[in-house]
Amino acid sequence: MSGKGRGLQAYAALYLLFLYAPIILLPLFAFNSGTIIAFPLQGFTTNWFAQMWANATLRTALTNSLLIAVSAAILATCLGIFAARASTRFEFPGKGGMMGFILLPMVLPEIIIAMSLLVVLLGAGVQLSILTVIVGHVLICMPYAIAILSTAFSSLDKSLEEAAYDLGETRWSAFRLVTLPLVMPGIISSLLISFTISLDEFIIAFFLAGNQPTLPTYIFSQLRFPKQIPMIMALGTVLVALSIVLLTLGEYFRRRGNARMGGNPTGGFL
Amino acid sequence: MAKALDAQARRGYALIAPPFLYALLILAAPLLTILTYSFLTDGYLEVVRDFTPANYVQVWTDPIVRTVMLRSLMVSALVTLVTVLLAFPVAYYVSFIVRPEKKALWLFLITIPFWTSYLIRVFLWKVILGYNGVINSSLTGLGIIDEPLTFILYNVNSIVITLAHAYAPFAILPIFVALEKIDRSLLEAGRDLGESRAMTFWRVTLPLAMPGVLAAVLIVFIPTIGDYVTPELIGGGKIPMIANLIQVQMLALDNRPLGSALAVTAMAIVALVSIVFLLINRRFLKARS
Repeated sequence: MSGKGRGLQAYAALYLLFLYAPIILLPLFAFNSGTIIAFPLQGFTTNWFAQMWANATLRTALTNSLLIAVSAAILATCLGIFAARASTRFEFPGKGGMMGFILLPMVLPEIIIAMSLLVVLLGAGVQLSILTVIVGHVLICMPYAIAILSTAFSSLDKSLEEAAYDLGETRWSAFRLVTLPLVMPGIISSLLISFTISLDEFIIAFFLAGNQPTLPTYIFSQLRFPKQIPMIMALGTVLVALSIVLLTLGEYFRRRGNARMGGNPTGGFL
Repeated sequence: MAKALDAQARRGYALIAPPFLYALLILAAPLLTILTYSFLTDGYLEVVRDFTPANYVQVWTDPIVRTVMLRSLMVSALVTLVTVLLAFPVAYYVSFIVRPEKKALWLFLITIPFWTSYLIRVFLWKVILGYNGVINSSLTGLGIIDEPLTFILYNVNSIVITLAHAYAPFAILPIFVALEKIDRSLLEAGRDLGESRAMTFWRVTLPLAMPGVLAAVLIVFIPTIGDYVTPELIGGGKIPMIANLIQVQMLALDNRPLGSALAVTAMAIVALVSIVFLLINRRFLKARS
């Protein structure tokens, strides 16, 4: 066991290095005073962060992205609650097909979603704006929200709700007072994941935002200019730090939710 | 009982209606629109309502379209193969060797890079693999090579490496889940019956893990064939894949019917590959039960 185990362990460590290689390089270049993204590194500087902070277009892009991500996360999670509740609690003909269709965006190439939606919006004469991006992002975040929320709803003990009915609560008040608090960790984790997906989504934002910049489309437009790249590296460093914090929070809530339901603490985001 | 079931079904429909109608409006309607467009004729600044299969004829006969389509298929097949082969030992390690209380941490570590900016990750691979990139400058600096390696530069190889990195967690997680489900006593039984460790792996572990492997294949294959960013950033737009071609037809050349036909064909190919793999998967599931 040990010989084989050690070989695999070394391989797994190398694999993690491969996974983390780009992320390790990011802060190195963000704090490097050289303007060219290459080794050897020059000296230490925080100029790129200052430049990033002073950039007005970047600020607009950030505001747009936050607005889109918060709206998409809330809407996708609300719709996700309906679907997760329906699929875990009720039986009805055609359930599998309907759920499969709602989950379809998970396995559909994004370019096809973006292009077909764009063709329809342009055909209908809808003005492209961050609103149209939100519409698209809700569609692609919803399956992930449902996946997380279904786990939360399915580990729920049905008898708790029934006890609430017996004690004179209505269907809605039982849901609000009993079910909702129990699945709250799942809801928070769904909000965080949807927010993270939307914040990083490029294709739909690129085609449906009109002339409004979002964070990823702004990054994409700047990658063509070598002069701007150190600043983009600084921005990337901040984004990586931010998503690690968000993911750790999401994971914490998910595990707390599992612990509350008496489940086991294994499993991941997907 | 029948009435109770009806009431239950009604509440189920009422609950599922909002997300289902949303998907119908935002997903089904646009998909039907491009399906319709794909049979219409392109006019100047508009789509003419003449029913024609000409777009599909063009998609299947045009040498450029064929080259790009075959390249997309080849790249995503290669990415899928590389990703799944590299991922399997990691999933095996986490499932069989890592102690149970450490498993969640490993999965967390594996998923973190996936959630960080996709564009910046792709761009950094260009930095790592480039002419003066991290690999080439380190290797020349150490005196291992005299000339920068060119086989990793802005070509199909670099697209494959970048995508294999981007979709790594997608491959590890389903394989891990399948491995976790394997009853450990089956492996002991195999050993007790005198099979070597390699034979036990080959005849017990691998067949039982196959559903996870096939799921990983699908989960990696489907998004990579439609990837737009990597060919654009890494390939410098010189080696387009199908997504880039669809975008050019739809927007730059404003030929929506042909763009739609391309999109529908790409979807049909993806669906076909998926069905084949699902059928293979069913065989493995049947063998298991």
